[in-house]
Amino acid sequence: MRNPQLNKNGELQHLLSLDGLPLSILGAILDIAAPFTEVAEREVKKLPLLRGKSVFNLFFENSTRTRTTFEIAAKRLSADVINLNVSTSSTKKGETLLDTIDNLCAMQADMFVVRHESSGAPYLIADHLHATGRNHIHVINAGDGRHAHPTQGLLDMYTIRHFKKEFHNLIVVVVGDVLHSRVARSQLAALTTLGVPEVRVVGPRTLLPTDVERLGVRVCHDMNEGLRDADVVMMLRLQNERMNGALLPSPQEYFKVWGLTPEKLALAKPDAIVMHPGPMNRGVEIDSTVADGGQAVILPQVTFGIAVRMAVMSMLAGN
Amino acid sequence: MPIELPNAESLLARLVDQIRPNVSERTALVGIHTGGAWLAERLHRLLGIKAALGTIDVSFYRDDFGSRGLHPRPQRSDIPFDVESADIIIVDDVLYTGRTTRAALNELFDYGRPGRVDLAVLCDRHGRELPIGARYCAFTLPQPLPASRSLRLSRDATGTLSLRLIDA
Repeated sequence: MRNPQLNKNGELQHLLSLDGLPLSILGAILDIAAPFTEVAEREVKKLPLLRGKSVFNLFFENSTRTRTTFEIAAKRLSADVINLNVSTSSTKKGETLLDTIDNLCAMQADMFVVRHESSGAPYLIADHLHATGRNHIHVINAGDGRHAHPTQGLLDMYTIRHFKKEFHNLIVVVVGDVLHSRVARSQLAALTTLGVPEVRVVGPRTLLPTDVERLGVRVCHDMNEGLRDADVVMMLRLQNERMNGALLPSPQEYFKVWGLTPEKLALAKPDAIVMHPGPMNRGVEIDSTVADGGQAVILPQVTFGIAVRMAVMSMLAGN
Repeated sequence: MPIELPNAESLLARLVDQIRPNVSERTALVGIHTGGAWLAERLHRLLGIKAALGTIDVSFYRDDFGSRGLHPRPQRSDIPFDVESADIIIVDDVLYTGRTTRAALNELFDYGRPGRVDLAVLCDRHGRELPIGARYCAFTLPQPLPASRSLRLSRDATGTLSLRLIDA
């Protein structure tokens, strides 16, 4: 079966998901991202790689941080960036997703950065481009429903490698609302591909997918047990907006059991790092003392996110 | 007819002699990855240059990105001195089309406005496609190399440099 992410030479054509992405490509993205971090320290923070290219930020769902970092990444590569807040435009008037895409292709789009509340929407676009022979146009999934958020997963892996150097000797813990989290799915896929020997998911039964063990992870319903001797603690945001029904008693109750406090973090290794994809709910999944503490690498994650997105965009544009 | 390649270590000594009279307080070296960076490292020591040694990877500035894509393992460029008003010598192993030098110049100017920029190369193989010349050049091949052949600098475990011809 054709891997919709790869072209006929096995190179990255679209970035849709980290699940099914070969280790060689995942590793290459992390390697290529490293020199891009240095661009931020220059007087002229621009590289000519995407000069003359048009990148369309197509956000069918609201986002500030992800859209902004994609925009900065594309602009540092000298691309022209067009931001479309589609939730307030033509789709409201009844235009279908693929009609929107065809119209933007007619405006000489070179790359689409897509966020959509429906899982699989970026795949639909990639398939459509393939079927209509427009293989010079690339799609980056910036988050689709509960499915995947591959650039977030990549920047998380970059952050882990930056602080921990290797993957093969780590205990990595993902805590919280895995059920609704596309970030978690991308993280788990990447951690498995990169050969992390022990990945634990920690959270209440109502917020973990029923078959989560099939992803090759250890499941803990006890926060203390889950955090013990961890090297990396990846917190997830409690996604109230995606919850249907009574999955939790209250945010306060959640914080009491699953919130990351300094006392709980003390169970992890002394040099453990704490990550969060943002936006943070202080006092719900993470205590402010931890979020602002010396072990938190939440702001470096954001900075690395720009370099990782630059790496993905330039790899795609060159293939 | 086999081409006789000179000893890279003797060429390096010649390059040192050429550059030395022009070294000043403002002189800084920038080596182009990978061969040029090895050379620059040696020149930096032999010439006693005060400014920290710079290295540059031109992967992000190449003009064939559109057709060949991104280099699979770009290195981090590192310019640890103030480019503004510095007298910079770009160091590369082989001068061929001049496109790498063009890319290095563009990258350098994104760090600031140098006082002057010169080019030092170990070997000129002819075949320029841009108006670029080296102020310092240790050796020029008697005749142009065919495009199918590539001339590269290599470095062994002891750090000794040598030139090699490779059939591309």
